Amino acid sequence: MDFGTKLIHNGNEIDKTTGALSIPIYHASTFHQFDIDNFGKYDYSRSGNPTREALENTIAALEEGDSGFAFSSGMAAISSVLSIFSAGDHILVCRDVYGGTYRVTSSFFKKFNVETTFIDATNIGEIKERIKNNTKAIFLESPSNPLLKITDFRAVIEVARKNNIVVIVDNTFMSPYLQNPIKLGADVVVHSATKFIGGHSDVISGLVVVKGKELSDKVKFVQNSFGAVLGPQDCWLLLRGLKTLKVRLDYQQKSALKLAKWLREQEEVAKVYYPGLLEHPGSELHLSQAKGGGAVLSFETKDDETAKRFMRKVKLAAVAVSLGGVETIVSYPAKMSHAAVPKEERESLGIKDSLIRVSLGLEETEDIIKDFKNALSI
Amino acid sequence: MFYRGGIFMSENCRRLETIMVQGSREKEDIKGAISTPIYQSATFKHHGLNESTGYDYSRSENPTREELENTIAKLEGGKAGFAFSTGMAAIDAVIRLFIPKDHIIVSEDLYGGTYRLFEEIYRRYGIETTYVDTTDIKKVEESIKKNTKAIFIETPSNPMMRITDISKITSLAKAFKILTIVDNTFLSPYFQRPLLLGADIVIHSGTKFLGGHNDTLAGIIVANKFIEEIKFMQVSTGAVLSPFDSWLILRGIKTLAIRLEKQQKNAIKISKWLSECKRVKKVYYPGLKAHKGYDISVKQTTGFGSMISFEVNEREIIEKSLKKFQTIYFAESLGGVESLITYPYIQTHASIPEDIRNRIGIKDTLLRLSVGIENVKDLIEDLDRSLNL
Repeated sequence: MDFGTKLIHNGNEIDKTTGALSIPIYHASTFHQFDIDNFGKYDYSRSGNPTREALENTIAALEEGDSGFAFSSGMAAISSVLSIFSAGDHILVCRDVYGGTYRVTSSFFKKFNVETTFIDATNIGEIKERIKNNTKAIFLESPSNPLLKITDFRAVIEVARKNNIVVIVDNTFMSPYLQNPIKLGADVVVHSATKFIGGHSDVISGLVVVKGKELSDKVKFVQNSFGAVLGPQDCWLLLRGLKTLKVRLDYQQKSALKLAKWLREQEEVAKVYYPGLLEHPGSELHLSQAKGGGAVLSFETKDDETAKRFMRKVKLAAVAVSLGGVETIVSYPAKMSHAAVPKEERESLGIKDSLIRVSLGLEETEDIIKDFKNALSI
Repeated sequence: MFYRGGIFMSENCRRLETIMVQGSREKEDIKGAISTPIYQSATFKHHGLNESTGYDYSRSENPTREELENTIAKLEGGKAGFAFSTGMAAIDAVIRLFIPKDHIIVSEDLYGGTYRLFEEIYRRYGIETTYVDTTDIKKVEESIKKNTKAIFIETPSNPMMRITDISKITSLAKAFKILTIVDNTFLSPYFQRPLLLGADIVIHSGTKFLGGHNDTLAGIIVANKFIEEIKFMQVSTGAVLSPFDSWLILRGIKTLAIRLEKQQKNAIKISKWLSECKRVKKVYYPGLKAHKGYDISVKQTTGFGSMISFEVNEREIIEKSLKKFQTIYFAESLGGVESLITYPYIQTHASIPEDIRNRIGIKDTLLRLSVGIENVKDLIEDLDRSLNL
């Protein structure tokens, strides 16, 4: 079945009792037990809720994993997955990881003696070198945020397999439509579903998909104990968002490619980062493991002043953190998404003060280009 | 904050019931909406670079959640409030304040989920715990070690309704420079305000009395200490309450006082009826004069709540009666407008090892009743029909 059809027909879209074409929002915290000897499937919504379950089963099917889990935010999803590890364990994390993930690994998990080493995941040699006896997991983002660096999933997964290391991939930038890390051998996929999956900049949420029963049980245990679950109303909004994932991304991606090509012609622009451009480092590799370049691109202006002027003058695009919505959003990583990363670390990652990230929405591309043209000019 | 005539007063003399209905009133809605708008927005537009409206991304701050956080802070008489996706997520955020080798004294009689969090997650990270009968202040003092950083209590406790003297605990904690954390889920700020008795942090499963309709999962922290740290925790691990659910809890709080009054009135009648029921061996309700913690309850709370536990004569009665209840639902959870009956032994407290359950008194003959706002005659008739088969 084609992915677009699977979004609409995956077995989790019809309410079995009434036939409703939209899963009901079960705003119930608890469930009556009809029989003391045979408890029903649901007892308390933290442990299981029918609306959340429909979402969890849907995302598991879309990512081709064995189990899905919905959390109150992308960071709750990531924190919960990392909570399956114990004091004394070691985790490798790609260096240009999302600022929030950087913060959580370098604060809480460090405090609780879960050791983290930040590595350049595009360099297999470095990964091999950094693996220790207690290395339990590797956490990847590809394309990375905000420089859209490409990691060779197959190569990293092969190394991880040999060393019995769990591979966790943050697939937020691509969504299950464009990239399925589990199909390439990853064990866990995490999403900030706030982004492309929800798609309307209206729901804070996180999703996790796990391959294998043992790992699934561990994540389930943490979800139930730590309790950072997603509310039924928000689960329903994500189910609704998912239905248009493909049509949204098809348009957004087309728009991103057009904008990327236009940007590289502008004299105010020093560099464009977009995996859909053939000259982007790793573009060929990316297209061998994903179906497209996605809808997020970054560019550097010729100087810091131009970037700041652009951020002040841009009108149509919203200046905001977040991405993946129907609205075009521009953000300034140095002050926004990566503000939690120390300046030195940030600059060593290549996140300059002239860098701007763009998440394309559903506006007419020509209007966005016109807006950008005006914002770049003096 | 001060007491007057048995009720708690608040700042500007807005009494608790008024704050419940009106909310924090820290920011008036410019359109004049009486009900706080639901800001179902993940992110917020900046007017320009470095020109944030004060709201950037809803995980960090959301106007609807903020109103709930400010309201509950006022109700508890604390400096700052925080809303989480569940009560467990709130408790988790508080435990994360500590570091490996820290020691926490915990009420031995407490919610099974909290026990599980301490034992099966935080033990792995090196947080030590000692479970103590916190109604016995001497035992608490004897349990304090060099690395003890906090005392975590539930009062009334779940499910045995033990009453811990909050002031005694907080004086002891202050003398040893350790934190007092109180899970105030069973009474809500309408009946009990631990921060005014010297506690540092109050936790709620907002799912229960605050929400009050068995429809929303939520967790609350109100803190006088470690405010920055808790905020950091909330933003970083991201277990936040959604705008819609925040609004539902705000809506629930508006009727907290009238619900609790009715629930308590029903509970007092039911506890008396149960005390006289032949099939019932023992009733645990702080509002009964015979209850061990009655005097302390009168001293530190403005009400006894609507949670009752009771032991029946034999296990067989439980199996039969749980099939018979009609008006009262057989379900986990508590605090809502619907009366719920729970079997702690296999439901809420299943995570606690058998020997501890036995020591505390969570026997296979114990039932826990959360009394709702139905007509009390219907509830008593249902109990009568189900217990006296």
